[in-house]
Amino acid sequence: MKRRVGDLVLWLKQNPGLAGSVVLFAVLYVLYSLAHPKGFSSQVLVQNADEAFSLALLAMAQTLPVLAGGLDLSVGAVMTMVNCLASVLVIGSPLEITLGIVLCLAAGAAFGLGNGIIVVYGRIQPIIATLATAAIALGIALFLRPKPGGKVDEDLSWALTNTLGDFADTYGLFDGGKAAWFEPFAWLPVAAILLLAIIAIVWLPLRRTVTGRTIYAIGSAEGAAFMSGLPIVRAKLAAFTLAGFLAGIGGLFLAIETSSGNADLPQAGAYTLNSIAAVVIGGTSLLGGSGSAIGSVMGALVLRVISFNFRVFDVPPLVQPLVEGLVLLAAVSLAALPVLRVKNMLELFR
Amino acid sequence: MTLPGAAGPTGGPSQSSLEVNQPFLALSAISKRYGGVRALDRVDFSCRRGEIHAVLGENGAGKSTLIKIIAGVVPPDDGAIALEGKPVRFAEPAAATAQGIVSVFQELSLLPDLTVADNITLAAPPRRFGLIDARAQRRRAEALLARIGCEDVNPAARIRDLPLSRRQMVEIAKALGKNPRLLVLDEATSALTQADVERIYRLLERLRQEQVAILFISHRMHEVEALADLCSVFRNGRHVRTFAKGALGNDAIVELMIGREISGQYPPKPPPRINPAVLTVEHLRWQDRLKDISLSIGRGEIVGLGGLDGQGQKELLLALFGVLRGLSGTIRVDGRKIAPASPAAAKRSAPGIALIPEDRKTEGLMLAMSVADNLTAAALERIARGPFIDPRKKARVVADGIKRLGIRVGAPEDAVSTLSGGNQQKVVIAKWLMTEPGIILLNDPTRGIDVGTKQELYRLLRELAERGAAILFYSTDYDELIGCCDRVAVMYDGHVVRELAGTEITEQAIVASALALGAAHTGVPEAMA
Repeated sequence: MKRRVGDLVLWLKQNPGLAGSVVLFAVLYVLYSLAHPKGFSSQVLVQNADEAFSLALLAMAQTLPVLAGGLDLSVGAVMTMVNCLASVLVIGSPLEITLGIVLCLAAGAAFGLGNGIIVVYGRIQPIIATLATAAIALGIALFLRPKPGGKVDEDLSWALTNTLGDFADTYGLFDGGKAAWFEPFAWLPVAAILLLAIIAIVWLPLRRTVTGRTIYAIGSAEGAAFMSGLPIVRAKLAAFTLAGFLAGIGGLFLAIETSSGNADLPQAGAYTLNSIAAVVIGGTSLLGGSGSAIGSVMGALVLRVISFNFRVFDVPPLVQPLVEGLVLLAAVSLAALPVLRVKNMLELFR
Repeated sequence: MTLPGAAGPTGGPSQSSLEVNQPFLALSAISKRYGGVRALDRVDFSCRRGEIHAVLGENGAGKSTLIKIIAGVVPPDDGAIALEGKPVRFAEPAAATAQGIVSVFQELSLLPDLTVADNITLAAPPRRFGLIDARAQRRRAEALLARIGCEDVNPAARIRDLPLSRRQMVEIAKALGKNPRLLVLDEATSALTQADVERIYRLLERLRQEQVAILFISHRMHEVEALADLCSVFRNGRHVRTFAKGALGNDAIVELMIGREISGQYPPKPPPRINPAVLTVEHLRWQDRLKDISLSIGRGEIVGLGGLDGQGQKELLLALFGVLRGLSGTIRVDGRKIAPASPAAAKRSAPGIALIPEDRKTEGLMLAMSVADNLTAAALERIARGPFIDPRKKARVVADGIKRLGIRVGAPEDAVSTLSGGNQQKVVIAKWLMTEPGIILLNDPTRGIDVGTKQELYRLLRELAERGAAILFYSTDYDELIGCCDRVAVMYDGHVVRELAGTEITEQAIVASALALGAAHTGVPEAMA
C-alpha cells in the first residue's frame, strides 16, 4: 500500500504536464458547461467530441516523432490529403465504402512511412524533411479536390458523428440500439468512444513494445540507445508511419464529419501548429524522451475547450486569436513553474 | 609467477584449467586508424574465462579503441578476432552482446528519461503476449540491483533524478542482466563511492568464480592491485607487455605506461605555515544537503574535500560558485561578505572564483566549438576591443594557454571534441586560468584522465598555490587528497566532520572520518580494512 502511494507520487512528479492538462481541461470544461444553456447534455457532448476528434488524433500523431526527438510538420497536410481522398473513395456500396476507408488509412500510413524513410535513410532532419513532404501532401490534396466538394456516405457520416444509440440505430445493431444492456451507453458520442478505442488499440500496446520504448530512448539519448543495441531504424520508421496513420484517421473523420473534401491549406497549417501546441501542453518535451500521447490528447482537448468557451461567452472573433495566444502562453508557463523552485541553477540546463 | 597464463588465476577453480587455457577471446594483429592517427598497431591480445584482466595505459594508448573493437562498436581495419577459437566479426554492439560480450563504458549508456527498470532490461525486456511485462521487469530490476547491493534504488525512478554514482551502479546492474561471458568495465568505478567500489570488488570475484572473463580498465592503481589476475599495458597503440599481478611494482608499471622515468607522483608539499584566510565560510546551509558548514582556505593553500561521494561536497562547490539559490550563512572573501548570484558574478568578484566542473563534456566544454573558442570562453572581456573580439589578442592568449598547460592539439581551430579526455580537461583548466582566479574550486577534476595528465595537474595546482591562489579540491580518489592537499576537510551528511592537516592526512584517517557517523553504511569498514 505504502509503495503504491509512493509510486503514485513518483508518477505525478514524473508526469506534471499530463496531470496539469487534465486539471486545466476539467476546470475549463466545467466552466463551459455551466455557462452553456444545454450544458452537460448528450447533444453538446456529441458536438464537442466531433469538433475535438481530428485535433486529438493529430496531437497523438505529432507525439510520436516528438518523443523520438523529431518533429512532423506534415501531420496537418496528411490530414487534408486523406480528407480529400476520402471525399472521392468513401461512397457507394458497403464493400466500396470499406475498401475506401482502408485505402484512406493506408494512404496516411504510407505517407508517414515515406517521411520515415527520408529521415532515416536520407539522414535529413525531420523538421525540414516533413516541411517538404507537407507541401507534397497538399499538392496531392489540391490535385484530388481543386475545389471543395465530393461526397461521403451519408449513413456513415450520421452514424459516426452522433451518439452510440444513433450508430446502432443506423446499422440495426443491438435491436436498433434498444437492447437493455446497451441503453445506459446510448448517449455517449461515437467520436469519444473511437478516440478511446484508438488510444487503447494503438497507444497503450505501443508503450509496452520494444519499438515503443526505443522511440523514447532515441529522444532521450540516441547514442546510448544505439550502444544498447536497440532497433533504432525500426523505431523511427514506426514513429513516422504511425504519425501518418493517425493523421490519416483525423483526415478521414474530418471528411466524414463535413461529408466532403476540402484542400484547405491554411487549415492544414493551423492543425499542424495546434498539434505541436497540444503536445507541449500535454507535457511532452520537445527535446524528446518524455511525455505521452495521452497527454497530447488532453492538450488537444484543452485547446478545443478554450474555443468552446469563446462561443459560450461570446468573445468577439477579432479578439479570439489574442486570447487564445495568451491562454496558450499561460498554460505552457504553468508547466514551466517548477523551474522557479529549482535551487540548483545547473539543473535548468539538464 | 613467471609466465602469465601458465599460472592459474588466483581463486579460480583449477579443475577447469583446460577451459582456462583456451582463450575466450583472442585478437591477433588488430590495427585501427582514425584519420592520420594510428589508434591500434598490430595488437595481439587475449582474455580467458575466470580471469580478471586489467588493461592499463595513458589516454590515447589505445585502450578505448581496443574495447570498442571487442564490443563491436567500431570494426578493426585489419587483423582477426576469435571467440573460443572460432573467427568472428561483430557488425554492431548487439552482435557482440548476443555472444555474451557485455560492456560498461566510461560514457554512461543509460537513457535519462526512462526509469531504472526500463534501462536495466532495455533491449530484451521480459514479455507477456508479446508486450513488455512491467511487473516482471520490475522484479528483475529489483533482483539485479539487490545482487550489487543497491536495494536503495527505486526501479520506478527516472535515471535523470539519480546521482551519478547511483547511475553507474544501475549501469552495472544492466550489464549483469545480459548474462555476460565476457564483462568489460571501462573506467566503470570512476564515479563510485568507496562503499560501492567494495561491492563491485565482491561482485567481480563472484563472477570470476562463475567463469566469467573480465576486462577491467582503471586509472586507479589500487583497484588494479586489488582485483586483477593479469595486467596488460598499452602505449601509443601498442600492446607493450602482459604480466601477472605482483610481478611488477607500481613504479615499474607507471614507467611502462608512460615510457619515461618519473620521480614521485605528487609534487612535494611546502612545510606547514600560517596562511592568511582568503575564503571563509561560516554556518553555510542549503536545503538538506549542506548543514552548517564552516571552513576556511588560506592563500597558497590546497584544501581537499573528502568523504564518501554525495555528502554535500559538490553542493559546497556549487554554492561558492553562485549556482545554488536559497543559501544561508556567510561567505567571506578577504574578509568581505559576498553572495555570488551566478557563476558570472562569482567570476567577476575580486579576486575571482573559478570552478572546474564535474562533467567536462556537459559543463566544462562546448564540444562542437573549437579549442580556441573554448579556451577564451570564460575570459572574453580580456580579448575584446569594445564589443568585438580582437582576433590577434585571441590568437595570443590561446597560444599562451595551450603552451602553459602543454595541451596537445592539431590546430586551435579544431573542435575540442577531437581531443583526448586528458587534453579536454586541460582545456577546461586553461580556460579558467585565463580569468586569473584567486580562488580555484575543483570538482573531481581527474576523473577518467590518464596518469601523465594527472601528474601535470598536481604540479600545476601546487604551482598555482605557490603563486597565491586558494584552492579547494574535491576528489573521490583518496590518494590524491593525501598526495596533494595541505589540509583535508572530510564531509559526511552535509557536515564537515573532521579537518586533517599535515601528517594526519592518511587513508585510514580519511576513511575513518568519512565513516565516523556511518553506522548505516554497514559492510564497508571491514571490507576496507
